Amino acid sequence: MDKKKKTANEMAIEFDGYPSNEGFARVAVAAFCTQLNPTLEEVADLKTALSEAITNAIIHGYEGEVHKIRLECKLEKNTIYIAVTDKGKGIEDIEKAMQPMYTTKPELDRSGMGFVFMEAFMDQVQVESRPGEGTVVRMKKVIGGQV
Amino acid sequence: MDQVYQIEGVSLTVQMPAELDHPSSERLKKETDFYLENYHIQHIIFDFRNTNFMDSSGIGVMAGRYRLLDLRGGSVEAVHVSERIDKILHLSGMHKIMKIHREERKDG
Repeated sequence: MDKKKKTANEMAIEFDGYPSNEGFARVAVAAFCTQLNPTLEEVADLKTALSEAITNAIIHGYEGEVHKIRLECKLEKNTIYIAVTDKGKGIEDIEKAMQPMYTTKPELDRSGMGFVFMEAFMDQVQVESRPGEGTVVRMKKVIGGQV
Repeated sequence: MDQVYQIEGVSLTVQMPAELDHPSSERLKKETDFYLENYHIQHIIFDFRNTNFMDSSGIGVMAGRYRLLDLRGGSVEAVHVSERIDKILHLSGMHKIMKIHREERKDG
């Protein structure tokens, strides 16, 4: 057993990448973060950002095939950390993928605004990806940050 | 329950779902395009009165329908838009291509 004193509160869920599970994941994170006493606006920010990351995993990572998506959350002091991991095709050019209006799937009416929304609604967004291996999106938000 | 799609003349009013996300956007797109293909529609009114969640999938659907109608010389607009939805529409630049009518609501 790790004897280090625990200061964080963590949870992880792994679920199949069905679009219908996106709502479930949003509600899970919203419920978990209530411990930090967020405002309705902050909860909405988290839900939108998370929804973008998971939609990306489903549409771009797995391109419509159903595989596992892992969602990890950590609450530490007044900050929530969220990581969304897929083992899909990965992103060739992360910088390009994060540009506003850039999408590889305009034919699906994707707006190319996913990463813009993540960055607008979270304090920090980091993307790690390897083509052929998958993608991890790590996001962080201080709750109670704005007065 | 209210009807989701209503046609009046050349206008189609679409009641947006409570959660406008990836799965509901796909459904909305398919259904709206059915009306665009089969009726003479020049104008779409997206009614957000029941919507309390939206992400970029919703933007994609609206922008796509705007492009279709723009080709026909038509237009789109959004009504009963909450503060939250308004913020998301502005962030995406949608206010540059459509009229947005705000509605003050307690739930933001």
